[in-house]
Amino acid sequence: MQTLASRLRLAVARFTPGRAVVVAMLLGPLAGAMLAFGAIAAQEPNEVTIDNFTFGPQELTVPVGTTVKWVNHDDIPHNVVNKDKVFRSKALDTDDSYSFTFASAGTFDYFCGLHPHMQGKIIVK
Amino acid sequence: MAKKGLDDQEKGLGRREVLECMVWAGTGVLWTISGGVPHSVGLIGEAAAAEPTTGFTFLQMSDSHIGFDKAANPDALATLREAVAKVKAMPTKPSFIVHTGDITHLSKPAEFDNADKVFGETGVQIHWVPGEHDIIDEDRGKAYLERYGKGSKGAGWYSYDDHGVHFIGLVNVVDLKGGGLGNLGAEQLAWLEADLKDKSASTPIVVFSHIPLYVLYKDWGWGTEDGQRALDLLKRFGSVTVLNGHIHQLAQKVEGNMSFHTALSTAFPQPAPGSAPSPGPMVVPADQLRTKLGLSTVTVVQGNKPLAIVDKTLAG
Repeated sequence: MQTLASRLRLAVARFTPGRAVVVAMLLGPLAGAMLAFGAIAAQEPNEVTIDNFTFGPQELTVPVGTTVKWVNHDDIPHNVVNKDKVFRSKALDTDDSYSFTFASAGTFDYFCGLHPHMQGKIIVK
Repeated sequence: MAKKGLDDQEKGLGRREVLECMVWAGTGVLWTISGGVPHSVGLIGEAAAAEPTTGFTFLQMSDSHIGFDKAANPDALATLREAVAKVKAMPTKPSFIVHTGDITHLSKPAEFDNADKVFGETGVQIHWVPGEHDIIDEDRGKAYLERYGKGSKGAGWYSYDDHGVHFIGLVNVVDLKGGGLGNLGAEQLAWLEADLKDKSASTPIVVFSHIPLYVLYKDWGWGTEDGQRALDLLKRFGSVTVLNGHIHQLAQKVEGNMSFHTALSTAFPQPAPGSAPSPGPMVVPADQLRTKLGLSTVTVVQGNKPLAIVDKTLAG
């Protein structure tokens, strides 16, 4: 890895409803161009997105009384099922969402009832 | 041509139980599996010539996903129509069709209606098992059972006999547990044990489900948590063919007397295990899509070549 004497950072943010894509480019002036590409899904504070069969963030901590919203960005339906049957969404097609308000403290493990290897956790304090 | 890969420890099961499996896939190579030893025997032209002309045939169709309209295939109903046109054009009408699940994409009444209409054009009886996409109606499977569950047990499992072969349709998409895989459950396994109890070990068995019964790729949930318990119950039989869908690509293996075969989807392809960030629908160039979709013909020959499976893509 070379040391870059100076670098130019260019950030482009493109906002779509509920989602932002940040593209960062790093350019090294002596060695031509080095390109790094990263996409970060910016989301509302109490939102869990589903991308590539993964809940993100996988673990979310919120105060009691918070409404958490799950949004599915995949081309395949998913749902949100609590292990202890406290909440269960219907199937969420692409861009569908589901919200649940956590009225009491606790740790709520959940998974996708269609693809149960997908798991997440909400910690309510 | 059957190789003696199965040795004499399989006493009493006889050579005629050796399973032959021919695959006619997009690559154009025909290969055969005899007694657990896969070997290539020729190209497509020979495959056609080698297709048995006697015995009875049935078709496996899978993963129609009626209602799917995303980039990987904007019209899943159109590709199902193409597949059904191939069925109607077959010189020998199959005895029946086994559909290994995901008939619809979202379990909507209109999706089931559209599927039924197109499948009905085959004029062939269809034996169904549900995929996880078929039981996501509000009542979690009621819509499926009302249409296809007649005569079935539990979430829709059943068995039947045809031409001396015992067929078993299993449901492994219900009541899935967090962190787990597909699931059969204690009630279904007890039913299976009772169903097989009085069957002679020489009865050829074909068992079909949506998700693979064996663990094909755990990281993507491609397997069944308690599938091995079902396979253990089937071990004493001389010829067991295990069919599934779910993964939208061809996959095969042979273990002893058991042959496992995954059919293509008629809707969209999915990536090979671990080759993509997720198992979601794979977008391929439009002119290649039909080489990744298709159906399987299974020929059961009474005598020394009980089963042959020939996969055909929609491009062929």
